[in-house]
Amino acid sequence: MRRFLRPGHDPVRERLKRDLFQFNKTVEHGFPHQPSALGYSPFLHLMAIGTRSGAIKLYGAPGVEFMGLHEENNTVMQIHFIPGQCQLVTLLDDNSLHLWSLKQHSGASELREEHRFTLKGPPGSPPSATQITAVLPHSSREVLYLGTESGNIFVVELPSFRVLEDRTITSEAVLQRVPEDYCNRRSCELVEALREHPKNPDQILIGYSRGLIVLWDLQNNKVTHHFLSSQQLENLYWQRDGSKFISCHYDGSYTQWPVSSENRQPEPLENRVPYGPFPCKAISKIYWQTTKNGLPYIIFQGGMPRASYGDRHSISVVHGSQQTAFDFTSRVIDFFIIFSSEPTAEFDDPSAMVVLAEEELVVIDLKSAGWPAVHPPYLASLHCSAITCSHHVSNIPLKLWERIISAGSKQNVHYSNMPWPIDGGTSIAPDPPQRDLLLTGHEDGTVRFWDASGVCLHLLYKLSTVRVFLTDADPNDNMNTLGEDEWPPLRKVGTFDPYSDDPRLGIQKIYLCKYSGYLAVAGTAGQVLVMELNDEDAEHVVDHAEADLLQDQEGYRWKGHEKLKTRDGPVRFEAGFQPFVLVQCQPPAVVTSLALHSEWKLVAFGTSHGFGLFDHQQKRLVFVKCTLHPSDQLALEGPLSRVKSLKKSLRQSFRRIRRSRVSSRKRRGGGGNASEVQEANAKFDQDTLQEMELAPVQRKIEARSAEDSFTGFVRTLYFADTFLRDSSRHCPSLWAGTNGGTVYAFCLRVPPAERRMDEPVRAEQAKEIQLMHRAPVVGILVLDGRSTPLPEPLEVAHDLSKSPDMQGSHQLLVVSEEQFKVFTLPKVSSKLKLKLTALEGCRVRKVTVANFGSCKTDDYSENDLAVLTNLGDIQIISLPFLKLQIRYPCIRKEDVSGIASCVFTKYGQGFYLISPSEFERFSLSTKWLVEPRCVVDTPEVSSNNHVHRSGMENAAR
Amino acid sequence: EFRRFSLERSKPGKFEEFYGLLQHVHKIPNVDVLVGYTDIHGDLLPINNDDNYHKAVSTANPLLRIFIQRKEDADYSAFGTDTMTRKKNVLSNVLRPDNHKKKPHIVISMPQDFRPVSSIIDVDILPETHRRVRLYKYGTDKPLGFYIRDGSSVRVTPHGLEKVPGIFISRLVPGGLAQSTGLLAVNDEVLEVNGIEVSGKSLDQVTDMMIANSRNLIITVRPANQRNNVVRNSRTSGSSGQSTESSLPSSTPNILANFLQGEEESDEEDIIIEDSGEPQQIPKAAPTSESLESLTQIELLHESTQNGFLPSSEMNLNHSAGSISMEYEVQDPHHKSLEEDGTIITL
Repeated sequence: MRRFLRPGHDPVRERLKRDLFQFNKTVEHGFPHQPSALGYSPFLHLMAIGTRSGAIKLYGAPGVEFMGLHEENNTVMQIHFIPGQCQLVTLLDDNSLHLWSLKQHSGASELREEHRFTLKGPPGSPPSATQITAVLPHSSREVLYLGTESGNIFVVELPSFRVLEDRTITSEAVLQRVPEDYCNRRSCELVEALREHPKNPDQILIGYSRGLIVLWDLQNNKVTHHFLSSQQLENLYWQRDGSKFISCHYDGSYTQWPVSSENRQPEPLENRVPYGPFPCKAISKIYWQTTKNGLPYIIFQGGMPRASYGDRHSISVVHGSQQTAFDFTSRVIDFFIIFSSEPTAEFDDPSAMVVLAEEELVVIDLKSAGWPAVHPPYLASLHCSAITCSHHVSNIPLKLWERIISAGSKQNVHYSNMPWPIDGGTSIAPDPPQRDLLLTGHEDGTVRFWDASGVCLHLLYKLSTVRVFLTDADPNDNMNTLGEDEWPPLRKVGTFDPYSDDPRLGIQKIYLCKYSGYLAVAGTAGQVLVMELNDEDAEHVVDHAEADLLQDQEGYRWKGHEKLKTRDGPVRFEAGFQPFVLVQCQPPAVVTSLALHSEWKLVAFGTSHGFGLFDHQQKRLVFVKCTLHPSDQLALEGPLSRVKSLKKSLRQSFRRIRRSRVSSRKRRGGGGNASEVQEANAKFDQDTLQEMELAPVQRKIEARSAEDSFTGFVRTLYFADTFLRDSSRHCPSLWAGTNGGTVYAFCLRVPPAERRMDEPVRAEQAKEIQLMHRAPVVGILVLDGRSTPLPEPLEVAHDLSKSPDMQGSHQLLVVSEEQFKVFTLPKVSSKLKLKLTALEGCRVRKVTVANFGSCKTDDYSENDLAVLTNLGDIQIISLPFLKLQIRYPCIRKEDVSGIASCVFTKYGQGFYLISPSEFERFSLSTKWLVEPRCVVDTPEVSSNNHVHRSGMENAAR
Repeated sequence: EFRRFSLERSKPGKFEEFYGLLQHVHKIPNVDVLVGYTDIHGDLLPINNDDNYHKAVSTANPLLRIFIQRKEDADYSAFGTDTMTRKKNVLSNVLRPDNHKKKPHIVISMPQDFRPVSSIIDVDILPETHRRVRLYKYGTDKPLGFYIRDGSSVRVTPHGLEKVPGIFISRLVPGGLAQSTGLLAVNDEVLEVNGIEVSGKSLDQVTDMMIANSRNLIITVRPANQRNNVVRNSRTSGSSGQSTESSLPSSTPNILANFLQGEEESDEEDIIIEDSGEPQQIPKAAPTSESLESLTQIELLHESTQNGFLPSSEMNLNHSAGSISMEYEVQDPHHKSLEEDGTIITL
């Protein structure tokens, strides 16, 4: 009964648990999902991004990050920083305004929502009367001007959001002095843009959607100038000295207007359609930037010829004779220019353009020749190609780290050297305790190496496995090589490319040995590549080997995809990880498990058919083992047959829908009078209701049997030096666990180093354990005589771990989806178990050994199991006694892809995808916590009330 | 021939010893015999292990009538005699309302040849409206054969009636274990799985729990049909349907915990194949720590009770007459009045 008097009432242990475990979601890495708005404060040098789910994220210098979430979870439409303040205003799609501020709290700045406000019109007015379309935070910091759909401009006081009714600028007042003929054509118009005069804060430029632009005098409450445009207005921008402004229009044109005291109704200076003469798309936003040399930068979004390039997401930069139309991979949400914000400076001198596209952030260096892109230190598009797997390696040795960085820097030569231009705030977080790598495998056959040590997830190096194979895509088909006379001068920028040439290239499993630099990568079509780090480019032949996993089985036909074709002859590889051997599994099914032992120079791989062991030193297949159950037809035929059955069921359900529609129509048609029809309808409804009741969501309760499908699927592979045969001699061994609850153990004989090339590696099956509950085996681990997990290969050789205790008796921990079981070794007898599913109804999805250090004392740490269940809970289970320590809800159980993507680190942190493009980082440890901690200083209130206008002018979209 | 002898009621000893004693008393040392006794309801019940032997001794009032039969010419159908004739009305009315005509007797093998497939357990500690059913999957080829679904049930709470989500049996597969027991029915609400309440758990969670326990599944249900419930403290009808706990060492509320512990070890032994030899069950490691020791003891204790003969609800034996009878007296120094602690099931 002692087991039922659960531990956990031991006060000493309880205290220790508090010192060891703590759950925190610390930071979101990657690119925000579905961004919807962009804002920039030239004063704070901070950028803000709003999303469709109501999140708002602020970024400054690397490591400076803030996040806020609107309670309503509504789309953020606009973001405006208050000039000269640590405050910003957001407009949501429910027409509510929110004031956020950065306030210092116990040494670090925090982003908090201060006020919310919804503009209310007089009773009975239509909702459009108060629908906000344009927001202008005035440089006085005291008021906000809110342009609306009705054409009225409301003035609200900050920070109270009190409406100053007497200062409302009504469209009637504006139209009073507009020439009669112009006025008649266009009445009720919405306010498209509001711009404060750069030199005179008492004047604001108001642009109405149908083309009317007026300069309003705030002191005298009247229009001083009228600018009568014939085209529908999109946006406005002042020239720095206030003598001119520029307007852009729906027809793809832009117009310059002079502002002088002489002419109150001037004619345009210049009107251009940059990509004419054929009909063009709207220019939705425009910048006019002055430079010392006199040639301005004109930067505008859109305006492409409608017919041929109407589908491009472009921003054009024109500077004298230079003109480039940057062509983005996804829709442009918004952009801003970073320029001299010094109020005394005479010219804008733009330095960089920051573009928020739907799937990535692109920054263009406008100072360097050729306008190269700047490599962002954060907001990386994790999903340039869909992530298919991830692998985390903690505590990378400095040497390997430097070699990876050096390989990566050779790939980044086309990037600008400009320091990151958005550099507001100061990060005060301690330096990351160690160098961590996160490796992500992608659908297009690439592996990306991320610096996951700190708050900024930064791309170090990108590895492509594509070169080994022959694919349909022609590598010479370069989209960027456009001739001189190409018009428009499009240039592709950005890395987002979700379209995979061949899904078989997808990376499924990654294993990196941090000590030796060996990397094994396995993919969708049964390909296993072993690679070595080389600091130079090299051209060499990749050795091939085939592993027939169906060796002793006869008469099976693989109906899945074919294996990838390989290139013959030597292949040129750039510096970095270069493959030297390819093991091709036959049938070419997805590789489901992978293990690499760099000391023994062995790689083990498994698919749904079996597993094999390859000696990558001698380049020789050691053995294969077929794990298939003879009746498992599904695994044999491959994924295709399942697709077929899905299609079939889809077809059936469509048919069912059609049938029910037809029958309902028949009934309706058959009835002569209305009541009959009604009756028939009612009957039909009843029938469908009954049908629904007959088929509720139900689950079959059935014990698993050996004949179930995919029992041979190899879920986990593990190398261990342990006592497999007898208790006096230990030997290398390979362990494999299947979906059907079977564990195989093979005894390996690896020749000593001096004869390593002469004698073959031998393997012999030593044990097979069948778990009677037949749940999939998801983890295998051997604990040494001190009940410590065996160290990683080469870990002891590099003096980074104590050598394992080979005196005491070893134990085997087998983790299935349902149970944890400890067996003794070499004679397998069951010692302990924890039946998780039977007790809690949850199943193990991910399990890792993690080391937890105490936050109180440096000399205490322990190993525990970190477990993620199918309910999205994280549990910590002690080793070796398998006692549940603590449980935290982490991921919603409906978020299947989030749960599937979760990866734990060796020190109690983890990552999971919260969207295709974002990793959430969490920590279970009190000691290892990577989270942003930063300060943004409140700017000193300058004596001059006139702070230079925001560089980020609103798009008023 | 008759023999009459006495036995100390407090120390009846083991069945083996008793069996030897019988053979000795009858001077038939090498003859295999079947041993039976008549219980207080006049049913002929077998004695073939320690448990039913002890039970038999405890029912002596004060005389225990024992019948022995040569195994070769034994009439198996003799067991459970009277029951059918007396209980026919109750049983056949409820179980087979459509089956009033007398069927030819089916020859049923000895109870020790049965493997229990299901039982109703913990009747004494559960509310009358609930039923705890144990399905023994181990060794049977029959599928468990049932489905569960989401639904809602009405609970009585301090604030009045409240609708709460619940899990229900949605379908029984014809020929499956669940259907063949007759103890589970469509629309029965599932309350617990192996002692763990399902309230607050999702359909998928409950599914996983049931599958994880599928080799020894104990489901507590609230039957949709409440007419066949257990009637408490009534002695009106036969004892062949007596529930398990009468043979269990204790009937305290921790009984289920006991069960679970026992289950864990007895139900599923993993199999090891060493060096491609013969598959063997994986033994338990010798206990190393104190806590483990106490754990094992419980398990062992329980295992012994499990191997005992559990009168299952399926045991409806048909009738015939005995051949050799023997009477003897059991001495009862304490003269404890005989009391049945078990409850009686009307089937």
